[in-house]
Amino acid sequence: MSISRRDFLKGALAGGSLLAAGAPAEARENKVMPGEALGLLYDSTLCIGCKACVSACKEVNDMPPEFSTEDHLWDTPLDISGKTLNVIKVYQNGTAENKDSEIDGFAFMKVSCLHCADPSCVSACPVSAMTKDPVTGIVGYDKDVCIGCRYCVAACPFGVPRFQYDKAIPQISKCQLCRQRIPEGKYAACAQVCPTGATLYGKVKDLHAESQRRLAMKPGEYATFPRGNINTHDQSPHTAKAAKYIPHIYGEKEVGGTQMLKLSAVPFDKLGMPTLPDQSFASKSETLQHTLYGGLIAPLAFLGVLSFVAKRNVKHDDDANDEKK
Amino acid sequence: MSASHNHPAPAPLGGSFVTPTTVILALLVAIAGVIMLVRFFFGLGAVTNINDGYPWGIWVVYDVVIGSAFACGGYSVALLVYIFNKGEYHPMVRPALLASLFGYTLAGAGVMLDLGRYWNFWHIFWPGYAQVNSVMFEVAVCITAYIVVMWIEFSPAFLEKFGMKNVKRKLNKFLFLIIALGVLLPSMHQSSLGSLLVVFGYQIHPLWQTMLLPLLFLMTALAIGFAVVIFEACLSSSGFKRPLEMQLLGKLSKVMLWMLTAYLIVRFVDLIVRGAVGSMFELRIETLMFWIENALFIAPLVILASPQSRRNPSKLFIAAVCLMLAGFLLRIDSFLVGYETGPGWHYFPSVPEIMVSIGMIALEILGYIALVRYLPILPGTTESAIAGNK
Amino acid sequence: MNENSFENDESMLALEKRLGISRRSFLQMCAAMAATMGLPKGAEAAMAKAVATKKRPSVIWLHFQECTGCTESLLRAEHPTLEKLILDVISLDYHETLFAAAGHQAEAARKSAMKANKGKYLLVVEGAIPTRDNGIYCKVGGQTAIEMLKECAADAAAVIAIGSCSSWGGMPSTPPNPTGAKSAGEVLGKVIPNIPGCPPNPYNFLSTVVHFLTFGKLPDVDDIGRPKFAYSRLIHENCERRAHFDAGRFALEFGDEGHKRGYCLYKLGCKGPETHANCPAILFGDVGNASWPVGTGHPCIGCTEKGIAFAKPIHALAELKSVRPPAGFPGIIEDQGKGASTGALILAAAVAGAAAGAGAMMAKNLGKNVKLDEGDAHKKQAERNPS
Repeated sequence: MSISRRDFLKGALAGGSLLAAGAPAEARENKVMPGEALGLLYDSTLCIGCKACVSACKEVNDMPPEFSTEDHLWDTPLDISGKTLNVIKVYQNGTAENKDSEIDGFAFMKVSCLHCADPSCVSACPVSAMTKDPVTGIVGYDKDVCIGCRYCVAACPFGVPRFQYDKAIPQISKCQLCRQRIPEGKYAACAQVCPTGATLYGKVKDLHAESQRRLAMKPGEYATFPRGNINTHDQSPHTAKAAKYIPHIYGEKEVGGTQMLKLSAVPFDKLGMPTLPDQSFASKSETLQHTLYGGLIAPLAFLGVLSFVAKRNVKHDDDANDEKK
Repeated sequence: MSASHNHPAPAPLGGSFVTPTTVILALLVAIAGVIMLVRFFFGLGAVTNINDGYPWGIWVVYDVVIGSAFACGGYSVALLVYIFNKGEYHPMVRPALLASLFGYTLAGAGVMLDLGRYWNFWHIFWPGYAQVNSVMFEVAVCITAYIVVMWIEFSPAFLEKFGMKNVKRKLNKFLFLIIALGVLLPSMHQSSLGSLLVVFGYQIHPLWQTMLLPLLFLMTALAIGFAVVIFEACLSSSGFKRPLEMQLLGKLSKVMLWMLTAYLIVRFVDLIVRGAVGSMFELRIETLMFWIENALFIAPLVILASPQSRRNPSKLFIAAVCLMLAGFLLRIDSFLVGYETGPGWHYFPSVPEIMVSIGMIALEILGYIALVRYLPILPGTTESAIAGNK
Repeated sequence: MNENSFENDESMLALEKRLGISRRSFLQMCAAMAATMGLPKGAEAAMAKAVATKKRPSVIWLHFQECTGCTESLLRAEHPTLEKLILDVISLDYHETLFAAAGHQAEAARKSAMKANKGKYLLVVEGAIPTRDNGIYCKVGGQTAIEMLKECAADAAAVIAIGSCSSWGGMPSTPPNPTGAKSAGEVLGKVIPNIPGCPPNPYNFLSTVVHFLTFGKLPDVDDIGRPKFAYSRLIHENCERRAHFDAGRFALEFGDEGHKRGYCLYKLGCKGPETHANCPAILFGDVGNASWPVGTGHPCIGCTEKGIAFAKPIHALAELKSVRPPAGFPGIIEDQGKGASTGALILAAAVAGAAAGAGAMMAKNLGKNVKLDEGDAHKKQAERNPS
């Protein structure tokens, strides 16, 4: 069975277009977060940059100090890392005199896992070390399963998972919403210790309602803001003037929605939060894989064809060989 | 027309293994070995420059992604010989297969060296742990399976040397399946090496991020496969002072050029359809690298345009090298140059990191030399071979 | 001999006698005062000279809606002590608390001093002025506070308000402000220099007076009349517990572990972040370290600031007027990762160069072989087919 050049070309183009057509126009639907999903509401306008959440997180999760100054005396992380799960960063512009002002002002942003509804890291992980809890929706990490391939580090659109490059026995490190404290009846340490309620813990549906309440406030008017856990009301509320919020709840729709919602008076992209489409990247990647390999149908079919052709050609080969001998 | 055997049977090359070349290669391997000890005792950060902005460095992008692409000689030739039944390319099979075998085995080793928690590597194959939606899962399983398949495909050479004819005959009965797998598996994982990037979303520059990534990677892998065969034939010929089978290589280069043309059409139509034409003309490093990459893809079409040029080994060699470099750049560009997780991150491989990659290449060449000298791989040389190839 | 040494200066000798302190102590006092005001070197000498040579200026001190805390605060001053001030540095011609006289005699003394020093006396106002119902809620000698203030201010060289009450209304103006208490400046219809605080640190007032004495004018003030040397910075910018704030260590309850360790009092309602004053720098009472509210473990109540003190609950959290993040505070974008080291670049270039060189050589050799092979082939063909 020989193929002419023309046939070869036809075959190549046909096969190619098959693969190309296989890339579907529509990716699967984004995954939806569980109904009782837990999360955080971070309000940059309430944050005062005190970093109580950074120290509380370190203490509760037994993380070592991270030094960025020469004296190695203070825990001064510049970013989340293999040693730091949560950090507050500051945006400064011009004279940096006015809080929450985009021009000549400053504002804070909390950087920690957003616990996506359709996480890229869970989709990317080849060994299920990253998993999404079906009830709380918390994206957890299990180091005993992890192979350290760092696909999750590269895949996360927010750059959240970090790796311990400086260790011989390394692991991935990221916020897990203090899930180890839930059986003790406690909740995320960052929210618990926050003096102004900038970081608020609770069910995402309630946090979402709270976000909408804040966006509806009149800027400059005094309002009360819950602190600690919005569902258990374990702390007294904080009173402050409502800020002029950017009318957007970050994390409501981005890549299918996240369980950590954010509010701010300074545009989010200036605070390091990327502008993202509503379609999750995990859905695109998985749809591609399923289209090409779903149920192993295409591969087995292809194998069948190849086996048939190879058998015929090899047979001729062997016959020729045997004849010679 | 069946696969013809009007060429001499493969035979060991013989000759001394210890030459200045092999000594230097061994030295490079040793250096890499020492660096790897440091890596295992002190962590990846102690010898590499990878960081959380660039968690994958050249150990992943060169040793695994590019290394495996360069190892596609066996794939491309097997496709031609056993599927399209171009028996005249048969003498190229064993050497191509050997290079592939080494390339892939080392790519697999490269993965093990790069994994942070390597002792858990078996989780990827274990039901209960394996996460089948992950592209990396599929890449890992297919590459592993392919390495096994190639060792089986290659076993006739060992079996001949050790005179195990019975085993060889039994194996021949199932050879067709092994060969079919040897074409299926690389099609799957070489394309999926491109699919790996899809989940990165906006982090990959629009010049490279597309749902057609698997197709682009597959087509270039095939084209590179042919280029590598030409490249290695030239190297062998030069290194071992053997004649070049020009006719075969000339014909092979035509196949390579057709594949290349198809690829370029797909590549640029995709860019246009996605509206990424604007990106091609911005003043940035990504754009510069994009054009260098595509210039190298187009170069072989120019160099080998005429039938005479395809009979010129020098031109063939240069065109093959251009295509290999182009494929190399496509992967470097899509995984590293075009990858940005956020501003402020920098990455360039460190000296020990580069030395390990060099050591891997050295090991591959060293192994190739060792095996062709002691096992029947390269076709035997006789005058009739030269005459027969006219 | 240094012209500022005053060694044989007659006026200095007279001053020593008058004040009953040594020249050295006097110069130290002037130096301390100059330092408090942040004046340049040499100012203390000018001050010393002024105090020594000039005629003691007349000071009229009015009390309205006040608790006399500001006077009490001055009584605790050490350098100079109040008696030194009133007896030897200034001529206190009217002060209801410190006067021996009372009633009509006192008022008469005031009027005659005002007449004698017309246009040259300093008017100090302590306490707020009620304005509701024509100001009947505070009367001295039958005269309402409003009338008295306006009368005394008319011929004064300068008017200084001491304490929060006269500076911006203070405690009497606490909402709903039933008496319509206002500041002296509001009643006079202009911004006058004021030393807010409840009570203010006496040295803020004393330095201001000595400055006036020395240079004939009051020190630089901000847009609402507060001397910049004392009120230009927030307490938060100077607080000794600031490091705890920056590290997120807070006292959560009075008496808890954090409180005992001296952690930041922000969560207990400290108004330091929105209060302008120099308390952490100069403290109170000259009794040493941590002798100010925050230092003793109580959150600042913002006593110098209108709208904060007596208006905002003590437990309510302060608004941060200014946060100067410390130098190590991470920015949104930080430079991370290692770029190309020189060694790596050289190595990469060397490898590329070697590969290019080898490739070029290979290409050349292959070219030669082809010619050779083609030559050989032609020869063989010729041999086989001689024709």
